[in-house]
Amino acid sequence: MPFVNWLKRHLVVIAGLLTLAYLLLPNVVVTVFSFNKPKGRFNYEWQQFSTDAWKDPCGVADMCGSLSLSLQIALWATIGATLLGTMIAFALVRYRFRARGAVNSLIFLPMAMPEVVMAASLLTLFLNMGAQLGFWTILIAHIMFCLSFVVTAVKARVMSMDPRLEQAAQDLYAGPAQTFLRVTLPIAAPGIAAGALLSFALSFDDFIITNFNAGSTVTFPMFVWGSAQRGTPVQINVIGTAMFLVAVLLVLSSMVVTNRRNKQKA
Amino acid sequence: MAAVTEAPPLTPTPEKKPPRKRGKWTPYWLLLPGILWLIIFFALPMIYQASTSVQTGSLEEGYKVTWHFATYWDALAEYWPQFLRSVFYAAGATVLCLLLGYPLAYLIAFRAGRWRNLIMILVIAPFFTSFLIRTLAWKTILADNGPVVGALNTLHVLDVTSWLGWTAGDRVLATPLAVVCGLTYNFLPFMILPLYTSLERIDGRLHEAAGDLYAKPWTTFRKVTFPLSMPGVVSGTLLTFIPAAGDYVNAELLGSTDTRMIGNVIQTQFLRILDYPTAAALSFILMAAILLMVTIYIRRSGTEDLV
Repeated sequence: MPFVNWLKRHLVVIAGLLTLAYLLLPNVVVTVFSFNKPKGRFNYEWQQFSTDAWKDPCGVADMCGSLSLSLQIALWATIGATLLGTMIAFALVRYRFRARGAVNSLIFLPMAMPEVVMAASLLTLFLNMGAQLGFWTILIAHIMFCLSFVVTAVKARVMSMDPRLEQAAQDLYAGPAQTFLRVTLPIAAPGIAAGALLSFALSFDDFIITNFNAGSTVTFPMFVWGSAQRGTPVQINVIGTAMFLVAVLLVLSSMVVTNRRNKQKA
Repeated sequence: MAAVTEAPPLTPTPEKKPPRKRGKWTPYWLLLPGILWLIIFFALPMIYQASTSVQTGSLEEGYKVTWHFATYWDALAEYWPQFLRSVFYAAGATVLCLLLGYPLAYLIAFRAGRWRNLIMILVIAPFFTSFLIRTLAWKTILADNGPVVGALNTLHVLDVTSWLGWTAGDRVLATPLAVVCGLTYNFLPFMILPLYTSLERIDGRLHEAAGDLYAKPWTTFRKVTFPLSMPGVVSGTLLTFIPAAGDYVNAELLGSTDTRMIGNVIQTQFLRILDYPTAAALSFILMAAILLMVTIYIRRSGTEDLV
């Protein structure tokens, strides 16, 4: 039975590729339906091919406004979380101090907490303080939940770094600032970049925490959520497709750059 | 046995103690802003919520702390079906994620060769399309007159799942199956990535050694690969189960009123009914239940050093 033998030998590959298909299927559907021309308000059934939505991606009221708001929040949240998180990561890896265990658990807990619990408790705080819900409360919340992910990413990188490199720099009469800028930071950079990228994606895509703490401010995920009730415009699929393409292109180009660098070094 | 030379360590060396540096206050200055942020916007809100959960009163007249613990019992008595459902759905999705994610993680770690990076990109890239948009796409995929439902009907799968109570009649949308399918899809990458990380660390020579000792592929997997990937399995299951248990997006978009999870209840209580004490009590019960389950799970799987 050659076929059965072939199947047995490649079972893992087949199962793995099926999972990959499962992961990518919605993206295919989103792409296909970005070329649809729906009859009603909802874009759930295929009607007719059309490029209207691609020609006029901002043709839906408020959608591009919410998109740019989400991008701004994600940008500031990334900057804030990366800065604060990197500092914590360095303190944790490089120094011995009291309360290290407590700090570690405080970093871990937000990642182990269901989002809805954090969202609800943060809202109770804001309500008690009488804070105006909107841009600032969203930003505060996003920095809070992105922080732990940055710490974890940077910590992993700095931990695997040889401390002798810094000692060597100091032996060569580099000052603390010079050592940090010329040796430590470049080595830690991939970890910091990974943390920043993760923050950006998490903040941009967050719905649950934003839904609780946004008041009447509408971010892009909240716009999508609202449109699921009111009728989804095709433009949402256009944005979804574009985001996927941008991500793939970004990763591919970064790979090409690292490949080239590695070749130059070799 | 002096003749036996020591094998090189196969597990990564444990975390080195950080060296003591000059500048006694430096670590504290580095920690201060971030830790303050977490204390004010993560820990303090939990305390506020704890106090809210034992308050009584109304929106108009204001709330007062009256140590009214009965809110917890009332909330549990009324919403235990949603709690139970959340645990079942999340557990189902976690098992499915493990079954689906393991082959793919294994494929990337050992079999992908030069396709490794491409497959990795294809696993991560969907992340960048808003998960709400992708969840809405499942509405199209599982639509009543769509190809998936048609195929399942022809194969009489829906008869079986309806009998089990997973689907209803000829529909998949608005049934438990659709919600679990959405949860599985949403959290699958959180399973694949830790699995991949721990599989990738396994020394390939161990597989060869097992083969040399006449272990069949399946035995090699059972006795060598799977035990060594346990850290990935544990963190993957936690990373899927915890967010899945608190999720309300899938239940709302793909389910019906019969598939409401505890997240839906908390969201409705907090944002629509504005019954803050009940909402706070519910989210505390959810948190406690999850912390309890996670602690037991980590103890039993014996990887406490994980976190």
